[in-house]
Amino acid sequence: MTELSDQIRQIIENEDVALFMKGTPQFVMCGNSHRALEALRRAGAPVTAVDVLPDPRIREELSALSGWPTIPQVFVRGELVGGADIVEELEQSGELDRTLREKIGEEYRGGGAERVVVVAA
Amino acid sequence: MTERLESLLRAAFPEAAELSVADRTGGGDHFQVTLSSPRFDGLSLVEQHRLVYDALAAPLADGTIHELRIKTKGTM
Repeated sequence: MTELSDQIRQIIENEDVALFMKGTPQFVMCGNSHRALEALRRAGAPVTAVDVLPDPRIREELSALSGWPTIPQVFVRGELVGGADIVEELEQSGELDRTLREKIGEEYRGGGAERVVVVAA
Repeated sequence: MTERLESLLRAAFPEAAELSVADRTGGGDHFQVTLSSPRFDGLSLVEQHRLVYDALAAPLADGTIHELRIKTKGTM
């Protein structure tokens, strides 16, 4: 198994939309994670979710990589888009949709399946 | 606790046009920060929120803040 930080970096770099959250899309454990997930769902984003709760080191390594202290964190094609407040604001203004089109392509909505990736040491 | 956060933010953003900290639940650990400053002009939301996180690094690190909501905007 590769190092936690390498696994996290690979998810950030390789997934179209990565959501690091507390809990899973099926069982959300935090209000802000819920808000970010719902905003991404409204935008039809193909979400790859990572639960940070199973191991506190996931959150530590993630924040060390991103320089962002709180959860959730949303990345689109390797770039930090923000936490719940920003993602919600961008979704409401239509800018999230624009970003997803630019970075993933016009057809991003079609691939809107959610999946969960497990990070483990 | 809102006073502590507000004084940290006032120190970091003395030029703020609007600055408020609300305790969302009354429990002293869920906060809403609203901040408008000319320093935010031209910055992305990620950059704006990073400046707020920097100002609140201590209460974020020591667990004072359990949940933080941030609303920032420039003044232009």
